[in-house]
Amino acid sequence: MATPRISRRGLLTGLGSLGCSAAAYPMMTGVSLASAPWDGRFVVIILRGAMDGLDVVRPVGDPDFGQLRADFGETAHDLDGFFSLHDGLRELMPLWRSGELAFAHAVSTPYRDGRSHFDGQDILEAGTLAGTQAETARDGWLNRLLQVTPGIEAETGFAIGRENLRILMGEAPVANWSPETRFGLGASAEQLLARIYRTDPLFREAAEEAVALSRSVDAIGDAGQAVRGRPEHLIAEFAADRMRRDTRIVSFSLSGWDTHRNQAGAMPNLLGRLSDTILTLKAGLGDVWSKTAVLAMTEFGRTARQNGSRGTDHGTGGAMLLAGGALRGQRVHGRWPGLSDADLLDRRDLMPTGDVRAYAGWVMRAMFGVDRSVIEQAVFPGLDLGDDPGILL
Amino acid sequence: MTDLSGIRFGYGFGPRHAPVTRRDLLAPLAGTDRAAESFPGPNSLQTLRLGKDLRAANRKLRDGDTGAQEHYDAARTALRVAAADGLRAAYARILEGQSPLRERLTWFWADHFTAAPTNLVTRAAATAYVDEAIRPHVAGRFADMLKAVTRHPMMLVYLDQAASVGPDSRVARRTGRGLNENLARELLELHTLGVEGGYSQADVRQAAELLTGLSVHPERGFIFRPNAAQPGAETVLGQSYGSGQRGRLEDIDRFLEDLAAKPQTARHIASKLATHFVADDPPAALVSGLEATFRDSDGDLAAVTEVLVTHPDSTKPPLRKVKTPMDYIASTLVAFGITGAEMRDLSARQLRRLIVRPMTAMAQPFMRPPGPDGWPEAAAHWITPQGLATRISWATAVAARLQDRVDDPRTFLDETLGVHAGADVRFAVSAAETRAEGIALVLASAEFNRR
Repeated sequence: MATPRISRRGLLTGLGSLGCSAAAYPMMTGVSLASAPWDGRFVVIILRGAMDGLDVVRPVGDPDFGQLRADFGETAHDLDGFFSLHDGLRELMPLWRSGELAFAHAVSTPYRDGRSHFDGQDILEAGTLAGTQAETARDGWLNRLLQVTPGIEAETGFAIGRENLRILMGEAPVANWSPETRFGLGASAEQLLARIYRTDPLFREAAEEAVALSRSVDAIGDAGQAVRGRPEHLIAEFAADRMRRDTRIVSFSLSGWDTHRNQAGAMPNLLGRLSDTILTLKAGLGDVWSKTAVLAMTEFGRTARQNGSRGTDHGTGGAMLLAGGALRGQRVHGRWPGLSDADLLDRRDLMPTGDVRAYAGWVMRAMFGVDRSVIEQAVFPGLDLGDDPGILL
Repeated sequence: MTDLSGIRFGYGFGPRHAPVTRRDLLAPLAGTDRAAESFPGPNSLQTLRLGKDLRAANRKLRDGDTGAQEHYDAARTALRVAAADGLRAAYARILEGQSPLRERLTWFWADHFTAAPTNLVTRAAATAYVDEAIRPHVAGRFADMLKAVTRHPMMLVYLDQAASVGPDSRVARRTGRGLNENLARELLELHTLGVEGGYSQADVRQAAELLTGLSVHPERGFIFRPNAAQPGAETVLGQSYGSGQRGRLEDIDRFLEDLAAKPQTARHIASKLATHFVADDPPAALVSGLEATFRDSDGDLAAVTEVLVTHPDSTKPPLRKVKTPMDYIASTLVAFGITGAEMRDLSARQLRRLIVRPMTAMAQPFMRPPGPDGWPEAAAHWITPQGLATRISWATAVAARLQDRVDDPRTFLDETLGVHAGADVRFAVSAAETRAEGIALVLASAEFNRR
């Protein structure tokens, strides 16, 4: 990950800054000093483990669906007469009705040859074609978007969490913080940190920024409570807080979607976390939610048929969730391939008819005005964006 | 302690790591590798067989044979145990302090020849790769290391060589499989010539055809499959290799020897060594000194290492590099005097808490860099707000846990940093309210993080 270089705070804060009051930090008052390249906000959530799109957005109108999934529960919420939403996302139904929620179905990355989570996530985050090294970039597609954008700041792109988030890695500088980070030192030792770093600019600036970030998490309010509860709640609150300031692009991941066994038992909790994440983002963003698009995507779908342990195995086509006030929602995008044996890929997987990258590309096109050719050549090299699905308002 | 070599080329100072001279560091390289003998890790044939067991059990499970569950679980457990054993051995060898330089060189070359695990089986084999292909050669010939790496199952799997077959080979005609250029490209770009090494896409393609036949047998490990090799001659960088209908391993070895002898390779390796050990922007005289020695000694890494450690530009302050998370954690444990035996005896849970999770939190999950180009070198890559905060919080936690091993934080400072500690950290340690905080400040200091 490239280094965040926050020189303005280096100038504004002096030697004792680590022990200073919050008032010393302009960023903490919500005043934005920098001008961001865009006004829209774009959140990409990576669902690690391969979310079962057929379970989340259920094609109940397809005559072949019922016999494929006998043990996954009946309760679901009608979306459009053909698709129904898993009960675990019921709290998002008001967003569906107000046009702030949509899905894309039968989508995938170009990954076909194997069924490895690791490779699948790599390709999802690299945003490149699978298999051929020439097209396998070492940076991530959100970083390449930043690379082609003039005037980005250190916090325009923000990777949240402790992992190396490949989707944001690359030449363009991005910020990174995991909101549950604590120093664990007493107040006086924290002041001594400022002293020990004062002659080493690299350490001094990193420490000043770290203290500021950690204070901004404390200032969110119920941070302590969230730390003890679901970590993604705190992540979403922190993400919203950054996007109310200078951050325009955020990415983080939610893991645990690899439901090989007893899927009906696991999905309510997983979807509850996803739903809470989105509702927390919305609440935290306030009026900025109207300029926001959230995409939740996963490395691949799961087998059309449930397996012998009431779960599903690694498949191909899946679903993607889109949310945000900037959306023209209340629709399920994509061309439905059908679920009969002949319609399935290798008589096994939902046949992908769309590329997750195309949806992400059209969000960039509509939200940030990025040229189609830039998307097809620089951000997602070799991708054909196809027709505009009309994702945003 | 005025000699900074033990910090720059080792893991710093501690009860078992006395301050050393440059010569002290170099001497053990000529002797036997006692650390590896004392703390053996898993070997790759073992892990391959476990992988085979795991796949067999998995197939039976899918066919509805629930009796296979026990075998499946046993194979998974054995693979997990092997991976943990490899990590324990890696740290134990460092802590024992027999040859800090050999450990540092081993991990430098392991990173240069990155082969990262992507599943349970390769995770168990990751340190075996280092033990088998890298470690025996760190004071040997570069060409020998290159040949060992290029035929190791871990590398052949990681860079897809095991899946590559010559387009006109018998295997291709039978199976429809084809060429994969991944290893050929990285061999030229990362392992030898460097990205500016003056090769073309045609060279990559020809090299990929030449490498076909290198493969992995599920039980025997590395094998050469003539039937998968592209027939006929290939021309790389103007040199022709092979001619007959059957591909030959000797042609590949000759190609690797030639690559190792290219002046671009000498330049590339010299620059990487100086960048890793001395400075992100290394002195030109050091790089050219290393380059000349590499070239004139036919890639003798003992000679190259001697120049690296004794060159006038290598022995001067200031300490500008930043320890990687692996080395930061190792040098902290060195400072507390943790022994190799203590490390070897850690439970799986303790290992996760002390090493695995902290390494991941500091953005360096053990042996899993983001790509075949390995971990970034720049100090600014590691000392981000998140990176530094995680180091501070780990230092705080470990200081609280291990403070009984330290009499006085001020003595601890003298023993770990000595003259390399600045006045500010000296003041802060004496001003700390508790012993644990005093120790934590030493470990959190820029001086302790740098090398």
